[in-house]
Amino acid sequence: MSMATQTAQPGGITAPDEGLASQIRVAVPERSLRSDLRAVSIVWRREMIRFRRDRLRAITSLIQPLLFLLVLGTGLSSLAGRNFPAGVDFKTFIFPGVLAMSVLFTAVFSAASIVWDREFGFLREMLVAPVSRAAIVIGKCLGGATIATFQGIVMLCLAWIAHVPYNPVLILTLIGELLLLSFTITAFGVMMAARITQFQAFMALTQMLVLPLFFLSGALYPLSGLPGWLSVLTRIDPLTYAVGPMRHAVFSHLNISPVAFAHLSPGITWNGWVVPIGLSLGIVAVMGLGMLGVAIAEFSKTE
Amino acid sequence: MATQAGPGADGAGAPASAQAGAGVQLETRPPAVVVSGLTKSYGDIEAVRGIDFEVAAGETFGFLGPNGAGKSTTIKILCTLARPTSGRASVAGHDVVRERDAVRRNIGLVFQDTTLDNYLTGAQNLRFHAELYAVPSAAVEPRMKQVLDMVGLWDRRDSLVSTYSGGMQRRLEIARGLLHAPHVLFLDEPTVGLDPQTRSSIWEYINDLKTREDITIFLTTHYMDEAEHCDRIAIIDHGKIVAIDTPEALKASVGKDRVQIQTADDAAAIKELDDVFGLEAGIHEGAVTFSVESGEQFVPQLFARLSTPIRSVSVSRPSLDDVFMSYTGSTIRDAEASGTDHMRQMAQRIRGRR
Repeated sequence: MSMATQTAQPGGITAPDEGLASQIRVAVPERSLRSDLRAVSIVWRREMIRFRRDRLRAITSLIQPLLFLLVLGTGLSSLAGRNFPAGVDFKTFIFPGVLAMSVLFTAVFSAASIVWDREFGFLREMLVAPVSRAAIVIGKCLGGATIATFQGIVMLCLAWIAHVPYNPVLILTLIGELLLLSFTITAFGVMMAARITQFQAFMALTQMLVLPLFFLSGALYPLSGLPGWLSVLTRIDPLTYAVGPMRHAVFSHLNISPVAFAHLSPGITWNGWVVPIGLSLGIVAVMGLGMLGVAIAEFSKTE
Repeated sequence: MATQAGPGADGAGAPASAQAGAGVQLETRPPAVVVSGLTKSYGDIEAVRGIDFEVAAGETFGFLGPNGAGKSTTIKILCTLARPTSGRASVAGHDVVRERDAVRRNIGLVFQDTTLDNYLTGAQNLRFHAELYAVPSAAVEPRMKQVLDMVGLWDRRDSLVSTYSGGMQRRLEIARGLLHAPHVLFLDEPTVGLDPQTRSSIWEYINDLKTREDITIFLTTHYMDEAEHCDRIAIIDHGKIVAIDTPEALKASVGKDRVQIQTADDAAAIKELDDVFGLEAGIHEGAVTFSVESGEQFVPQLFARLSTPIRSVSVSRPSLDDVFMSYTGSTIRDAEASGTDHMRQMAQRIRGRR
């Protein structure tokens, strides 16, 4: 039967140039750093292509932070007004927190795409390739971080709403901090996605974790003068160490009194010792790399 | 009873070398797949219970069996997606456990379930694959065109995969599996879930592929008619290979061809068949019916020596259904009906492990 099909195939005889002779010579090279970098790059590029196609997602993920900034920010500013130093808007105060929030949700959602890929089989295409799992995980994390940072930058464009000045140094500082935060959160999500194989379970669990992280980060209130239990919890929350430096950056570029600065952006203290900005960001970076390591180990374990 | 493929599989009688157009220097090359004493258990379920076989380079080798017989598990082990519980396997000369990356570089995979990204275009899916397999940059574009042409999707390359039909998606997956020019292409149930017309068109592409690419094809199927496309078939049931040979030999091992003739005088013909050839004939389905070995060669004699006028002749070979039945004692459909629950359990376990 197959013989008949083959002999009936005129292409094999009359057009030899379409046969083996013209086959493009392709040899898959041994795995190398270069091939792993190509893998990182293509995994990252796929995230970009998919994000570009998904405009709805880009828009919807802006709505929640905007709600916080405009509705909650405006609404609470009348309440906060009495305790707030003159010349500082409550919206300005929560703006760094809102930036962190926009990044937070986008990054977690990016990581969720791994669960999605698993459900639709595409993860398998990646996992059977002759590249290191680390390359795939790193590509995913960088992709998620890029998308989340982009969303953060879109929010950053709306800084005028919160009376935050468009100072180039400030903008660049904030973008750098957003990138770091985005990477760490994506790594966190990817780490979770290694173990959680069901989309609903992943979303439920991450939502359950993300909101407390956000509320405990001091995004919506100053970290000074809190009751002991809350003070401890805020210091445990990794997000605190990203929001703190961002608020510090914003307030450094405002024209306000030192007293107001100290009141609204007191810095993160451990038992009275003020954690330097560098250490604070270092903590975020180390956490991100740690979770990236766990994610790589988890994905390398699976068959 | 067909023997299990031993070292003789790629010897003089190797069916692959008899295939026209499959290549000429097959005999000298090492086998593409070597499996010995392979077992795989998931907990206390034994999915594969000790199988041995070899696949010659350039051969099209089929694994035939009902769902849950151990086909997919075996293919997973060969593709380095599952570790064997015991035994050894090598693909393209590399051990599937110790040289995972080397095996992966040399194989192409088309899974039962689609593994395409529906939100990318066909070309983007291929591009992704090329980068992941580190296909040399200069070769990517021409090779993409070649494989897309081969499966007739060049014109649709810039459409989103989500707009493709089921058959087109499968063809794209085959093209993708070929993109990095693997030595062995694994097709796990390549036509499952497709309508008959699309199935036959997929087979046209696969047969065409054999003439264009220097490739070994390893496929699993539970469709009897598809197994006919293979150079050799292994019949697998309950995790064991029960027979392995060419489709022709397997059918020959089952029994004789069935010849049916329409004659002017059936009773006279039956008597004459007995007198002249010593054959026992009867009337089935309205025709004089008897069984002989190699029926096609018998027909000329029949015309030469039978005096009763013959109006028509039909010769039918035993089908692979008959083969499966004779080796396993049940039809593939019966085997599937009883195996389905077992398979589902296993599928769930496997999924849980991913």
